[in-house]
Amino acid sequence: MTARVVSKAEDLLPVYDILIVGAGPAGMAAAIEASKAGARVVVLDENPRPGGQIYREITRNRPGERSYLGSDYWKGKPLADLFAECSGDYAAKATVWSIEHTEDGEGKDHHRVGLTVAGVARMIEAAAVVLATGAQERPMSVPGWTLPGVMTAGAAQIALKSSGVVPSAPVVLAGCGPLLYLLASQLADAGGHNITLLDTSQSLLRWEALRHLPGFLGSPYLVKGLGLLLKTKRHIRVVTRVQSLAILGQNTVEGVRFATRLKTEALQAETVLLHQGVVPAINLATAAGCPLMWNERQRAFQPVTDAEGRTPRRGILIAGDSAGIVGAQAAEMGGRIAALAALSDLGLAKSASLIRDLQGRRQRFFQGRDFLDALYSPARAFLVPSDPETIVCRCEEISAGKLREVITLGPPGPNQLKTFIRCGMGPCQGRLCAATVTEIMAAAKGMNPGEIGTYRLRSPVKPVRLAELAALPHAPRALKAVTGRDPVDHQFKEEGHSL
Amino acid sequence: MLSRLREIEQSVHFTFDGASMRAERGDMLATALLAAGVHQVRHSVVSGAPRAPYCLMGVCFECLVTVDGVQNRQACLIEVEGGMTVLSQNGASSLPPRSGPDEGREVL
Ligand SMILES: Cc1cc2nc3c(=O)[nH]c(=O)nc-3n(C[C@H](O)[C@@H](O)[C@H](O)COP(=O)(O)OP(=O)(O)OC[C@H]3O[C@@H](n4cnc5c(N)ncnc54)[C@H](O)[C@@H]3O)c2cc1C
Ligand code: FES
Repeated sequence: MTARVVSKAEDLLPVYDILIVGAGPAGMAAAIEASKAGARVVVLDENPRPGGQIYREITRNRPGERSYLGSDYWKGKPLADLFAECSGDYAAKATVWSIEHTEDGEGKDHHRVGLTVAGVARMIEAAAVVLATGAQERPMSVPGWTLPGVMTAGAAQIALKSSGVVPSAPVVLAGCGPLLYLLASQLADAGGHNITLLDTSQSLLRWEALRHLPGFLGSPYLVKGLGLLLKTKRHIRVVTRVQSLAILGQNTVEGVRFATRLKTEALQAETVLLHQGVVPAINLATAAGCPLMWNERQRAFQPVTDAEGRTPRRGILIAGDSAGIVGAQAAEMGGRIAALAALSDLGLAKSASLIRDLQGRRQRFFQGRDFLDALYSPARAFLVPSDPETIVCRCEEISAGKLREVITLGPPGPNQLKTFIRCGMGPCQGRLCAATVTEIMAAAKGMNPGEIGTYRLRSPVKPVRLAELAALPHAPRALKAVTGRDPVDHQFKEEGHSL
Repeated sequence: MLSRLREIEQSVHFTFDGASMRAERGDMLATALLAAGVHQVRHSVVSGAPRAPYCLMGVCFECLVTVDGVQNRQACLIEVEGGMTVLSQNGASSLPPRSGPDEGREVL
C-alpha cells in the first residue's frame, strides 16, 4: 500500500474514522498505526511535504548533500518511509482552521473540520480527531526584535533544512535551550562563520535544576547534550550568563548590545536569531474547546489530556509536542498511542496491551527532561520585558509599558486586556504575544501565570478568505459553523471572553 | 539576510515588486525572498515600520505578501512557482482587516 496523496479539497472523503492534523513525527506515527487497523485515516498538514519541524523536508534531503543536519535528523527517514507506505490519505498544503462538535446520523459523536487545500475551503467530518500540531518557539520580546534581520533560531533552522541557506554573517544567536545549541552546531558544520552565541540561561547551580540532575545523568540526553556543548564551544564564541539584550538598528539589524554581570558589550550583526525554548502550539485545540492547564515546569499552557492523549472533548485527542513538550521520539510514540486509543474508543481495534507497551518505552524519553526544563527555564528578564518601549504584540504594536499601564486599570485577564487595547487581535491571533502578556500580567499582579490564564480563541484559527468560504457548499451553515454567528453578520469580530 | 550554501541548480523565476528573482525549485517563497536579498516584505500596520519574515513556520504572519493578486498570503507556507508575481504590502489598507466592527471584509 502507499498513502494516497490528495492535492485538491474535493478529493478528500466526506467522512473519515480518524483525522490527524500535522505530519510531524506524532502525526505520521498516528497515521501509520491507525491505518494498520484498517481505519479510514487522513493526515492534513499545511506544509508541502511531511516531516514536521524536526524532520522538515526529510523526503527531499539526501544525507550526502546535507550531512550537517546531524544524526537525529536522519532518524526521520524510516518513519517518513513507513508513512509513505501506509494506507491513509495525506493532504499537503492543507490548513485546518476549525473543529466543531456535531453528531452523525445515529447520534454518535462526530467532528466537522474546516480546512483549506490549495486555496479551496471545505468541511469534512471525522469520528475522531488527533491533533499533532507540534510546538512553536516561545516569544522573546527584547528591544528591536521586530527589525528585519531578526528571526527565530527555528526559522534559521527551517531555512537550513529546507533550502540549504545560512544566515548572513555576522550572526548572533541569543537565548537559551537545547535547540539553540543544536542550531549553532548545525551552522558550524554547514560552514557558517562569524557566529556568536549569547546564552541567557540561568546558573546550573540552582536547586530547581540540581534536584533533577540524577535523572538526567541516566538519560539519553546527557551524552548528546555534552557533545553539542563541546562542539559549539570549539567553533563558536559563546558568552554565558547574558542578562539583558537589545537589538540595534534603524530599518534593519545593525548589531546588539548585551550585558552580563561583569560587563556590557556591543557587537555588529547582520542577523540575530532568538530562542527561549518551545511551547505547545495550542491554537487549534483551544478553538476546538479543549481545556488548558498551566505546566509550571515548562512554563507554558498545554491542553488537558490523559496518558493516552484524550482531551475532555470526546473524540479529540492530542499527541506530540502540542500536548506538552516531550521531544521528537516521545512525540512519535505519543502519536501511536493516541491513534490506538482512538481506534479502541471507536471500537475499531483492541489495543490496551500495545498501548501499555508503548507507554513503557516512551518513559525512557521522559527521563532527564525535568532537568532540561529546569536548566533552560527562561530567565525572568526574557519573560517580562523591563524596557517599557519593547513591543510585545507585534501585529498591533503594543509595548510592554502600554500593557502595564492598562493592567493597572484592572482587567481581570488577558481576554479583557485584549478588548481594551487589541493586543492579540492581529493576524497572528496572539501566537507571538500570548505568553508574554500572561507573564507581564502575572508579574504586575503578583500572581501565578496559571491563575492569569491566556487568550480564549475561536475559529477560524487561520485567516480564511470570504471567497473561499462562499465557495463552500451550504455556505451559510458552514459560515455559521465557523464563526458561530449568522451569515448576515459575518464580519469577524473577536470578543473578550473571560476564562 | 540568508545566503545559499550552493549554487541554484533548478532555477525558478518570479518577480517581487517588479524586480526579477531566482529561486531553487521547492524553496518556500519567504526563504527565496530572503536568499535573494530582499530585506523587508511589508510595513507594519500601525507605525509603518519595516518587517520581514520572522518564524518561517506560519505562526508570526510577518511574511504576508500579495501573490498573483491574492493579498495576505503567508510567504513561508507557499512554495515558489515559476512566473509568480509577488508584491510587498504596505500599511493598513492592504493588510488583513483588523478585526473591528468596521473591518473584516476580506478575511473572516
Ligand atoms: C522551529 C522548530 C524547529 C525544531 N527543530 C527541532 C530539531 O531540529 N530537533 C529536535 O529534536 N526538535 C526540534 N524541534 C522540537 C519539535 O517540537 C520536535 O520535538 C518535533 O518536531 C515535535 O513533533 P510533533 O509531531 O509533535 O510536531 P511537529 O513536528 O511540529 O509537526 C507539527 C505539524 O503540524 C502542522 N500543523 C500545525 N498546525 C496546523 C494546522 N492548523 N493545519 C495544518 N497543519 C498544521 C505543521 O505544519 C507541522 O508540520 C523544533 C521545534 C520548532 C518549533
Ligand atoms: S514568517 Fe512567520 S508566518 Fe511566515
